[in-house]
Amino acid sequence: MTDAWFAGLDPDDTDAAAERIASGRADAPADWPVQAVDAGYAADADDYYARLHAATTAATEAAVTERERADDQQLVHAVRAMADCERTANELAERVAEWGSSRYGEAGSGVGYARRIADGEVGDGEEGGDRALRSLAERVAAVAGEADELRAYIERTAPAVAPNLSMLAGPVLAARLVSLAGGLESLAKKPSGTVQVLGAEDALFAHLRGGAPSPKHGIIFTHQYVSGTRGAERGSAARALAGKLSIAARIDHYSGDRRPGLQRELDERIERIRSRGGDGE
Amino acid sequence: MTPALPDGIARHDFDGTTGIATRGHPEYGEATDGEYRRWDPHRSKLGAMLALGMDTGLEAGQKTLYLGAAAGTTVSHVADFGGPTYAVEFAPRPTRDLLDVADHRENLFPLLKDARKPETYAHVVEPVDVLVQDVATRGQARVAALNRQFLDGDGRLLAAVKARSEDVTADPEDVFTDVVDELEESYEILDSERLDPYHEDHLGVVARPLE
Repeated sequence: MTDAWFAGLDPDDTDAAAERIASGRADAPADWPVQAVDAGYAADADDYYARLHAATTAATEAAVTERERADDQQLVHAVRAMADCERTANELAERVAEWGSSRYGEAGSGVGYARRIADGEVGDGEEGGDRALRSLAERVAAVAGEADELRAYIERTAPAVAPNLSMLAGPVLAARLVSLAGGLESLAKKPSGTVQVLGAEDALFAHLRGGAPSPKHGIIFTHQYVSGTRGAERGSAARALAGKLSIAARIDHYSGDRRPGLQRELDERIERIRSRGGDGE
Repeated sequence: MTPALPDGIARHDFDGTTGIATRGHPEYGEATDGEYRRWDPHRSKLGAMLALGMDTGLEAGQKTLYLGAAAGTTVSHVADFGGPTYAVEFAPRPTRDLLDVADHRENLFPLLKDARKPETYAHVVEPVDVLVQDVATRGQARVAALNRQFLDGDGRLLAAVKARSEDVTADPEDVFTDVVDELEESYEILDSERLDPYHEDHLGVVARPLE
């Protein structure tokens, strides 16, 4: 019975009870009301349920408040930090690969190779150079690990900040769009044509200066609905996706409802675009 | 055919239209008449199952675990006629509304938890007579299997299976066949029915746990 949420608690300490509701666990349910009365936590079943009501509402109130505090600016910081970690890890991994090939002759590349050196699978010598290289490789592995942690954090929080946008775009792309726009509010205020080319600013300005073709897509290219659509229809797919993403961002910012119907509309739209034979809309 | 409704759920006349109703604090702008508040089958899948005359086995005062409580529309009615009612919801925004519903009902216990991780609420939820499931997530059969441990041997699973949550492009009938097949690994299906016209592409399922 040590698993029970009330085990060992002072019956009048609602804060401690709420904390236990939030973070406790048990392998299986049990007849908690009877156990609580036996343990003297509650006088009878009615008393138990009254305490349970107070504890669950307090715990849930606190948890909701905490999750709501995960706002768009936190998401922006997290996604930028993730990009920095990924870029830095890749840059240093190249250095490790270059150095490693000079010492061990084995050609490897990327973060995976750095991880193998860090784990001692490659070049487990004890000379000064081996140790220095392994130490650098360990830093690479740690920074890459940090990027993974940040990605996991974004995947947890983006759906709370922008549920519809995360549903359509996936949490990471949703966070990148919010970051590129500078916030959920500014993303919501952008026309969908801008959302379509967010992240392709260089190409856009080259086009506006004259000569270069207009970019068909920015960061949304990473979405399977754009990258997985054949070249001739990709611009249409990008436009359709950007339109739905703009609507999703506006709902997320202005109302906060969930609109599962958006996903279906987008799916149908893309299906139509992919199935047609190259003519315009 | 008008099957008998469980105690605590009434057929009631609201301005000329008869619908099912419970007695309690109004929560979502539903029609009311005195203590009675209309249980709108268009807004509630369990309400649709009752309105369609499915034999849910519901009784007044039962202990209930409700997975996917959302803003508490349905669970408010369940708590009106049921006993201790545990309401699990994963998303913070609707849970804010669920807290208001719980403020009006001493027997409703809101939990911000993931229905795919029963070990995070097994220290709070006791064994129950009814497991209601309305989760819009992929793997709905798996959620039902994971949560079978809360259900008494002669208890009932009342599930609303949403085809679109499993696969948006597949034919709903195919999705339902797959989900029901998987459900039958841990439950005996007693009844199942499409929830049209109240909810498109949803299947209502009544089942009891296998030994």
